[in-house]
Amino acid sequence: MFLNQFLLLAAALFCIGVYGVIARKNGVMVLMSIELILNAVNINLVAFSTMWFHAEGANPLAGQVFALFVIAVAAAEVGVGLAIVLAIFRNYKTVDLDQVDLMKG
Amino acid sequence: MIGTLLAAAAQNADAPVLVAQNVAFGIIAVLMVFSAIRVVTAANVVHAAAFLVVVLAGAAALFILLGAEFVAITQVLVYIGAIVVLFLFGIMLTRAPMEGSEKMSRDNWALAGLSGFVLLVLLGYSLWDGFGRSKIPGDLQPTDTGALSDVIFGQYLVPFEVVSLLLLAALVGAIVIARRD
Repeated sequence: MFLNQFLLLAAALFCIGVYGVIARKNGVMVLMSIELILNAVNINLVAFSTMWFHAEGANPLAGQVFALFVIAVAAAEVGVGLAIVLAIFRNYKTVDLDQVDLMKG
Repeated sequence: MIGTLLAAAAQNADAPVLVAQNVAFGIIAVLMVFSAIRVVTAANVVHAAAFLVVVLAGAAALFILLGAEFVAITQVLVYIGAIVVLFLFGIMLTRAPMEGSEKMSRDNWALAGLSGFVLLVLLGYSLWDGFGRSKIPGDLQPTDTGALSDVIFGQYLVPFEVVSLLLLAALVGAIVIARRD
């Protein structure tokens, strides 16, 4: 297996997630696209961790530990993000991000 | 540091070709890219959540392919078990449009697609330029979960505690933000 096949797949997922964050109207869908981006990063971390498993001077499991940290931070992010979307829905009666422009300059 | 890593990469450049793993990777990759595109284009929000499950399960399968079994199990437990359920609750509570009656994309979707594509080309070129045909070691073994826990509770003990504090803060913050008062 080449390292690049994992990295290119992760890059594709990342770019699809970026498209979703920019293009989607629904606040929940934007959060889902952010999950795609975080998953792409996780694939990269684990692939690098496996790639240099035999390398000298590096902790071979550091990549996996960081992937676990990313999963934990993603859980926290989704909790707060959905709470914000719920608060927006309660105040504006919509989750359409185009209509949430209170702080637009 | 970088030199050591590159030397290690060159050392296993003649690693054996793993046919079964490559076939499995191809199937998983096609499934994941298709489902990810459906996540960002589906008109029905619940369908998008279902496709997100496929992407997350594919990522877990890739972790197993890479020998990171504990990360794969955590991915299934936390992502598919908890985060997707949270998303479904969010969809339910916000009564998001279920049908394709409303427009799901903003007006600038073409520009978003263009920027995503340009980013993909840039990333792809730099990855190809940087890593070329360097191979993952052929003698993969599943990661010893005990060794992983030694690393977490040894070298990374302080970050681990900070993450638990972050989860507590996120829990309190989510309750405060979403509370009806």
